[in-house]
Amino acid sequence: MSTVLEERPAAADAIQKFTATLMIRRFDPDVDTEPRWQEFSVEMLPTDRVLDALHQIKWEQDGSLTFRRSCAHGVCGSDAMRINGRNRLACKTLMKDLDIEKPVYVEAIKGLPLEKDLVVNMEPFFASFREVQPFLQASSKPDKERLQSVEQRARFDDTTKCILCAACTSSCPVFWTDGQYFGPAAIVNAHRFIFDSRDEASEVRLDILNDKEGVWRCRTTFNCTEACPRGIQVTQAIAEVKAAVLRGRP
Amino acid sequence: MSDIPDSSTVPTKTVDGVHYHQHDVVIVGAGGAGMRAAIQAGPGASTAVISKLYPTRSHTGAAQGGMAAALANVEEDNWEWHTFDTVKGGDYLVDQDAAEILAKEAITAVLELENMGLPFNRTPEGKIDQRRFGGHTAEHGKNPVRRACYAADRTGHMILQTLYQNCVKLGINFFNEFYVLDLIMGEVDGQKRPAGVVAYELATGELHVFQGKAVIFATGGFGKIYKTTSNAHTLTGDGVGIIWRKGLPLEDMEFFQFHPTGLAGLGILLSEAARGEGAILRNSEGERFMERYAPTIKDLAPRDIVARCMRTEIREGRGAGPNKDYLYLDITHLSPEVIDAKLPDITEFARTYLGVEPYTEPVPVLPTAHYAMGGIPTNVKAEVLQDNDTVVPGLYAAGECACVSVHGSNRLGTNSLLDINVFGKRAGDNAVAYVQTADFVPLPDDAAEFVQGLIHQVSTATGTERISTLRRELQESMDTNAQVFRTAETLNQVTEVIGDLRERYKNISVQDKGKRFNTDLLEAIELGFLLDLAEVVIYSALSREESRGGHFREDFPKRDDEKWLVHTMAYLTGDAHSADAGDHIKLSTKPVVITNYQPMERKY
Ligand SMILES: Cc1cc2nc3c(=O)[nH]c(=O)nc-3n(C[C@H](O)[C@H](O)[C@H](O)COP(=O)(O)OP(=O)(O)OC[C@H]3O[C@@H](n4cnc5c(N)ncnc54)[C@H](O)[C@@H]3O)c2cc1C
Ligand code: SF4
Ligand code: FES
Repeated sequence: MSTVLEERPAAADAIQKFTATLMIRRFDPDVDTEPRWQEFSVEMLPTDRVLDALHQIKWEQDGSLTFRRSCAHGVCGSDAMRINGRNRLACKTLMKDLDIEKPVYVEAIKGLPLEKDLVVNMEPFFASFREVQPFLQASSKPDKERLQSVEQRARFDDTTKCILCAACTSSCPVFWTDGQYFGPAAIVNAHRFIFDSRDEASEVRLDILNDKEGVWRCRTTFNCTEACPRGIQVTQAIAEVKAAVLRGRP
Repeated sequence: MSDIPDSSTVPTKTVDGVHYHQHDVVIVGAGGAGMRAAIQAGPGASTAVISKLYPTRSHTGAAQGGMAAALANVEEDNWEWHTFDTVKGGDYLVDQDAAEILAKEAITAVLELENMGLPFNRTPEGKIDQRRFGGHTAEHGKNPVRRACYAADRTGHMILQTLYQNCVKLGINFFNEFYVLDLIMGEVDGQKRPAGVVAYELATGELHVFQGKAVIFATGGFGKIYKTTSNAHTLTGDGVGIIWRKGLPLEDMEFFQFHPTGLAGLGILLSEAARGEGAILRNSEGERFMERYAPTIKDLAPRDIVARCMRTEIREGRGAGPNKDYLYLDITHLSPEVIDAKLPDITEFARTYLGVEPYTEPVPVLPTAHYAMGGIPTNVKAEVLQDNDTVVPGLYAAGECACVSVHGSNRLGTNSLLDINVFGKRAGDNAVAYVQTADFVPLPDDAAEFVQGLIHQVSTATGTERISTLRRELQESMDTNAQVFRTAETLNQVTEVIGDLRERYKNISVQDKGKRFNTDLLEAIELGFLLDLAEVVIYSALSREESRGGHFREDFPKRDDEKWLVHTMAYLTGDAHSADAGDHIKLSTKPVVITNYQPMERKY
């Protein structure tokens, strides 16, 4: 919250307040037929994030500004948005790291239906996720844990980090033009199970992703990897799934 | 997937714009506790899970360090030691029968999660790896033991994802971004029972009534009564507040945990796992001060103790930084490889939010409001109590919103992720058993009336007070006056602030007048819950004239077992809006269940 500023001892003395301009793409479904840009001015400290700027506007200037957020430190995946044309989490983007000589442009992520201001309909995104059977399928019923070596565990570590924020999928040009495409996030979550040594349903998932809306739509633009706030090597995960589809096994 | 009873999310009817749904089991909350309950309930009964967040956004996902279970995978351990540590850690206010269940069932709980797919870190033999955590010891306090099962420093994330994945597998019915604002109670043979809940749909602003034979509350904590907190913006205690407004009791609300290592000024958590892996707390002189206070387990003493020692260091002038007002968490002696493998996320937080490089620099930290030990009283079957002994049949609570009480006056790290799994499962199992024979309790005709009134009142308010200002004043007063140290004087100051805020709350305004995604309106309603709960916390804290666990009264610095080895039970008895809490809150006590462990002095 922007209100904790005076208690940030680490920075307390050295810090300078600065003024920044935000251009926010607003859309009120009850009134607007088209989204419109609105300008706001905020007082920031160097430790403030874009989420603090949005809160300052909502709490002190315009209560109707609408966005999702919860954890405020990059772990829940609520607040992916387009900031200066790039998909990022508002709570993980420091204002001072942006070029604040110019207005900071903030808008909803693309490719999912716009509901209000920075909020999009997430249902299509979660529907794709559910379609790849994102759950462990194993027939054995051990009394204890299933054994897994440190190396086997490391094989899919990267893709377990996903917080389903949709930053990747909604930065993908293929997804923008073809909403049927599974999109990077669903493939990342399929990867997480395909390469888990305990799972027995890889073939089924590889089959699902061999579909015309599956991995082959990926044109390796790398937008997704750049967008991922968890640092997941999304494009590489997709490439590994493509190779597995060709092999017919992980 | 087809053997799941009634998976319809379509309302059965719509009357005057209010949608009606009917399910055997209605679960409020889709964090760890709610989804663990759903996995039990879904296959056996028609189940609906209602959540104000998408399930994977729940704050269980923020948990970092681990989940306790005496698997003994890396060194000797057993559930009896775990029980003892839990009881002692909770400063003997723990109900020992419940702690025993927690520690025993921990082992199955972890193995079940692994079987569901949770990617735990592994030992060289491929078993679940374990690490140290505060207050968990071998042989009743001899030395720290490796008991926490973990997945790097995102154990909660993996638990939340794994539970959600299994809910997808089972085809569980979710109502996401639905805010439950009321519980409807009815009577059967003169006995109170739940009839259902009323929810506000964020996307449309429409109301839904969910009739259920059994209702499970799993709505998480309420850290947002404080300003500096590890809790999410959405942890406003709605579920606990709803129960309170129904005249049902709340237990041990004075016990709130302050986690020693929040990022200074921000409150974002750096897990105790850091200290479990060897991190050291230092003061401005570079001294490892915990050695002086807890010579045996040092930095791994329980949180209440470490947080107080930190505050004492600062008070005595040994705080670091230009204003001598924080301390350091030092991991510079750990190799970057170990840090990257075991603590990648929290080191990233220090880099992103404070611009500090933990490989080479110590990280500024301060205690942060973290966990509510108190909450909705339940028995070990997760059934909600309406007084010391009587349950409300069909009403359950589990997770941070509940008070079983396995945490007593101070929770041990890694015991909450355990709690949500053990008691979430019990809630689900018992609810399914209950609905086999129970009937639906008839709904009143005006089931949604209270919520309609509440929303009308808040959305048409045209006052001059800003919600954010009132909330900030509450949170600041709580931070200043009801944190690690408290006295009657400081607590009374918060009481005054709350009285004033209640008056001003009548004069609020909500700017967003729309129906769709009106988060402005919901923030106003959430503030109402925060005010109610802060008041109960303060009122309970004032009455407890002793110091125990997370509740430290400087005017009563000793534990007083003769008078206070009891739980506090608070009841709402009048108009919550009257400025004088004494008008509408009644306190009583409930005995602590003691089986094997007689209270001893707590030394580490
Ligand atoms: C940063 C952090 C780190 C932690 N690390 C650890 C750890 O390492 N080990 C450990 O054991 N514990 C840890 N804890 C504690 C533990 O994570 C939590 O206590 C636990 O996850 C709570 O789970 P829950 O299911 O009760 O609640 P939550 O996960 O908070 O879920 C609450 C649910 O209720 C829903 N909800 C709330 N209000 C409403 C409403 N009005 N209507 C509908 N739905 C509603 C929300 O949408 C959400 O789905 C940590 C806590 C934090 C904050
Ligand atoms: S892969 Fe990264 S960007 Fe995509 S949904 Fe997961 S966390 Fe978000
Ligand atoms: S608010 Fe949770 S990721 Fe930003």
